[in-house]
Amino acid sequence: MTTAPPLPAVGVAVVRRPRRLRAVWLLVLVAVLVGVVLLSVTVGSRDVSLADVWAALGGATDGFDRASVAKRVPRTVLAVAAGAALAVSGAVMQGVTRNPLADPGILGVNTGASLAVVAGIAFFGLSASTTTIWVAVAGAGATALVVYAIGSLGRGGATPLKLALAGAATSAALASFITAIALPRGDIASSIRSWQIGGVGGGTWASLEQVAPFLVVGVVVCLLSAKALNSLALGDDLAAGLGERVAVARGAAALGAVVLCGAATAVTGPIGFVGLVVPHACRLLTGVDHRWLLPFSAVAGAVLLTGADVVGRVVARPAEIDVGIVTALIGAPVFIWIVRRSKVKAL
Amino acid sequence: MTADHTLDAEHLTLGYGELTVVDDLSLVVPPGRITAIVGANACGKSTLLRSMSRLLKPRSGQVVLDGREVHRTPARQLARTLGLLPQSPVAPEGITVADLVGRGRHPHQGLLSRWSSDDDRAVAEALEATETTALADRSVDELSGGQRQRVWIAMALAQQTDVLLLDEPTTFLDVSHQVEVLDLLTDLNRRRGTTIVMVLHDLNLAARYADHLVALAAGRVHAAGAPAEVLTEDCVRAVFGLDSRVVADPTTGAPMMLPLGRHHVVAEPTVGGPASS
Amino acid sequence: MDRPPLEGEGPVSAPTDLRASKPVPPRGAGGEPARPGSSRLDAVAASVAAGRARRGRRRRAVVGVLVAALVVVFVLSLMVGRTFYGPGEVLGVVLGQDVPGATFTVGRLRLPRAVLAVAAGLCFGLGGVTFQTMLRNPLASPDIIGISSGASAAAAFAIVTLSLDDGQVSAFAIAAGLAVAVLVYLLSKRGGVAGTRLVLVGIGVAAMLDSLTAYVLSNAAQWDLQEATRWLTGSLNGSSWPQVVPVLVALVVLTPLLLSRSRDLAATQLGDDAASALGVRVDRTRLVVIVAAVGLISFATAACGPIAFVAFLSGPIAARLVGPSGSLLVPSALVGALLVLVADVVGQYALGTRFPVGVVTGVLGAPYLIWLIVRTNRSGGSL
Repeated sequence: MTTAPPLPAVGVAVVRRPRRLRAVWLLVLVAVLVGVVLLSVTVGSRDVSLADVWAALGGATDGFDRASVAKRVPRTVLAVAAGAALAVSGAVMQGVTRNPLADPGILGVNTGASLAVVAGIAFFGLSASTTTIWVAVAGAGATALVVYAIGSLGRGGATPLKLALAGAATSAALASFITAIALPRGDIASSIRSWQIGGVGGGTWASLEQVAPFLVVGVVVCLLSAKALNSLALGDDLAAGLGERVAVARGAAALGAVVLCGAATAVTGPIGFVGLVVPHACRLLTGVDHRWLLPFSAVAGAVLLTGADVVGRVVARPAEIDVGIVTALIGAPVFIWIVRRSKVKAL
Repeated sequence: MTADHTLDAEHLTLGYGELTVVDDLSLVVPPGRITAIVGANACGKSTLLRSMSRLLKPRSGQVVLDGREVHRTPARQLARTLGLLPQSPVAPEGITVADLVGRGRHPHQGLLSRWSSDDDRAVAEALEATETTALADRSVDELSGGQRQRVWIAMALAQQTDVLLLDEPTTFLDVSHQVEVLDLLTDLNRRRGTTIVMVLHDLNLAARYADHLVALAAGRVHAAGAPAEVLTEDCVRAVFGLDSRVVADPTTGAPMMLPLGRHHVVAEPTVGGPASS
Repeated sequence: MDRPPLEGEGPVSAPTDLRASKPVPPRGAGGEPARPGSSRLDAVAASVAAGRARRGRRRRAVVGVLVAALVVVFVLSLMVGRTFYGPGEVLGVVLGQDVPGATFTVGRLRLPRAVLAVAAGLCFGLGGVTFQTMLRNPLASPDIIGISSGASAAAAFAIVTLSLDDGQVSAFAIAAGLAVAVLVYLLSKRGGVAGTRLVLVGIGVAAMLDSLTAYVLSNAAQWDLQEATRWLTGSLNGSSWPQVVPVLVALVVLTPLLLSRSRDLAATQLGDDAASALGVRVDRTRLVVIVAAVGLISFATAACGPIAFVAFLSGPIAARLVGPSGSLLVPSALVGALLVLVADVVGQYALGTRFPVGVVTGVLGAPYLIWLIVRTNRSGGSL
């Protein structure tokens, strides 16, 4: 034999992509984001021209068109922020659990955040404020812990199937609790609705101000964990062998992910599948290097959610389809595609 | 003595989807004997066995049992003559040994028939033959690998078939259990005359226990016959791509294959000489 | 190389050595004097039969207790309420007599509700355990892999958007249920390993269908939480006889079909290959059984929504009660009926507000469900 044997494929194929190509793609994504943002501001139950947008941004709110813009801008900003947060959260969850199916929605973390807020509203008179966000984050964190604990019992630890099932079961259970709390309370019934289906319609500058610090902290923690996630992908033992402090790194990354999705859910309600679909799509462009994957996911997540919101506003004019429904309708087929594509061993 | 059944595969071509695994294979299983099928991974051994027990429909060719095509025989009727122990059978959680062995009576029980004393008898015989009577009330989950395999064999026995096919019955067992199971199958063949066809991955155990050895390579029969004739250095090279020495096993006289790797090979073998019949 | 001679073929030695000179005795003729241990064989056979009888007794006892409990709760649900009616009055209404006051309350309100509770519970119990047995996985229950979600989405659509009547709603629901079953099966069938993938695909499909249901409901005139609850978690409010009839028909037609396959179904627990080796037509059995189960689930869901967790929990609860052998179909059906009936009674009267049955089963079922997962995971069970 004269030729060397080909390099073995190590788990997921590690494709070396030239840095320049990835940078180009990132710029393309950002351009797409700008386009979608413009679309989001101009399109809706009534279309608005760009000139009006410019004027409205300058502060003029006279006329229906400019008033519409004034409402749409914070909504768009919220969609961008929440989309980025959920996508990064999902990417980090997938990295921490080494599970291609991890997503705040599937793992029931969204529902946990919603339940915490609903309980707060029903029993403690919680109203929209920074406290709500803390409560949502706490709910998200508690749920993540519970689901992970349940899913990792038994042989094989937290396999994708066990985690997904634990998540689905917990999610169903928590949703029942939400309904149980909400039903007898006619007074809060209307505010409960937004906690059962996620949407960005409630975006206001005030809520954005409150949630911004959480999102910033969450994103920073996640981005700092990127390198650690690369090591963790090789397995706990190998990562420790490479000098990574496994427990700390995992804990920090998980914390970042939980803060991001808890905070996002606090403002939008439960939106699923963004955290699942976006990282998988981005991996096709970036490979598995989290230092590229996370920023890509952030931008792509923003594109997806904003785009989904536009679709929801346009498709059923003059009514709206909540973005949580649109992402489920788009995301579920992608989820199924991912399941079909994966080798069974990996599941 | 059980009736002798003839089981032949004639020009079988088998495959999954677009993949062809077995190509124009013909094989005659000697009645009343133990036949072992060996070959490298993915050469078609399990596929062949599954087709012989009606689990896989052939693309062309046929499997004939006593002159009747197996795939044209109703499933239940076939199950009374030919039994299969597949590679990874699943035991329902919490089931007891007696219950699992009792499942083997399925082909003999119609829709409305209740348990008869014949059924109980068959189960008892199966338990006794496999020496699992003491385990009868225990849960299958608690048993060791060797015990569990004996219980599965008991279930196949309770089916009271004259022909028994086994797909890798020893693969996940440690050495003592492997020998235990193979001795049990030999007892079965000697005492009742059951025709046994088994896929084995261990060449030496196959040569020791089989009356008739079949070596498959790339979906065809490379050699078939008595172990001494089949297990030669050329055959091992052709089927497994491995250089070896074949000597006579000093404990049983059967041919024994000693693989030659790149290290630790002494220049002259000191045990026996090339295998002689 | 020659194999060793068969037992009994050896040279004839002393004439008294019967075993050596006689040919091996034919199988099954165990009463021969020369064959040692035939009485031992009888003893073993007797103990095998005894073990079976023991398990049969336990099973009969459990079924008896379940039926008795069901009857008691049924009668109680007819008697108890804002106005209390004694057993005599209740019996009178059931027999068709005209009892002042009771005829309307018991006959028009409580009786159809109780009957629907039992019927739907039977359907969910049967359907759930069938899927769990068929797919060899307690978590592969129709309410998790999307069948209930599909039937529910179709029913919500038919009622809220199309305003169809009960018979047509049921037809929609069963069509959707079957379509989802086929879809999930096709999507997950690849290379033969259906179990894990099937459950995951089912979860994805369920999520999609649940959001569709939410969309349909949110598009109604106004967000009606009660209506939403009915179609998202199940409710027996406002049950009427026209709703009950399709469910009863489904039970009468599909249950015998399912029971006729119960032994084949039990055989498939051993794995497809082993079941085929025992003479079971696995594909055909699977088809019949799944159609029957989907039919039962869809008809019940069309009448009262996907009552949370009943299909999922009936099988495992029945398994713990009855023990590890025998068919679980009948015990599971009875457990399902009991769960729904008790949850409905509790939801109506035991708590401060009236809660629909789905919320009660959801809230009470959730901890049990999680405990079940924990227990299964910990014992290295079949996940």
